[in-house]
Amino acid sequence: MSLFNIFNVSGSAMSAQAQRLNVVASNLANADSATSASGEAYRARQVVFEATTPTDGGASTGVRVKQVVEDQSPMKQMYDPKHPMADDKGYVTMPNVNVVDEMVNMLSASRSYQTNVETMNAAKTLLLKTLTIGQ
Amino acid sequence: MVGKLDDYLRFNEAALSLRSQRQSVLASNIANGDTPNYKARDIDFSSAMQAALDKASPSANATLKTTASKHYPNPLQDGTTMADGTPLLYRGVVQGAVDGNTVDMDVERNQFADNAIRYEAGITAINAQIKTMMAAIQGGS
Repeated sequence: MSLFNIFNVSGSAMSAQAQRLNVVASNLANADSATSASGEAYRARQVVFEATTPTDGGASTGVRVKQVVEDQSPMKQMYDPKHPMADDKGYVTMPNVNVVDEMVNMLSASRSYQTNVETMNAAKTLLLKTLTIGQ
Repeated sequence: MVGKLDDYLRFNEAALSLRSQRQSVLASNIANGDTPNYKARDIDFSSAMQAALDKASPSANATLKTTASKHYPNPLQDGTTMADGTPLLYRGVVQGAVDGNTVDMDVERNQFADNAIRYEAGITAINAQIKTMMAAIQGGS
């Protein structure tokens, strides 16, 4: 019954988008973290989505987070000689989090999540309707 | 008699089954709206429906038997067809995306809603058929 598979497909997309939202939240929270457990400034993280292998005879393809990669773009340099992390020239290495990018990512993730919730609700309505056949 | 009831309901049953499979394909497209290099898929409903009706006659329902692991499955499970042999096609691209994704969310949402309504219409039709048959069986008593 392929309608039941919609729950798996939409559910996989919802958890993938939730993980993306989680990464956005940690990027925004650490946008000013000059140091971390490794002793270096925080690097922005991004999720990489991947389509899962089709199930249900090729009809259903879910999505999953393949990996979380660290953003390799250059770190920001901030001039603040009084900062404890400042180097001998007075520059502090700050995270490479682009706040505008992260806000766009957040909106996109939340809209995709909503779309998949609606997909799941539509499938639920259809299944309930199917149960009324012959009544 | 039971065979006649099967024949009577077969058309709408095949339609509902295909509609639910298509709903699943469209849900996959929506789920993968942000996946790089994902290509939107769909089925051609009218030709799939025709194939399902042709297949419903027992003589046409012949499949190759596979007896060893190196035999090709029948139908081919390579993502070009679904389990029942319906070809999975790729949706034409209107506006390409830089990440190679071809899901147009407006088209997919539109088709998803359209398919859902048609599925409900199929259920209404099958309910009407059952009511008609019940009226015939009970003889207006």
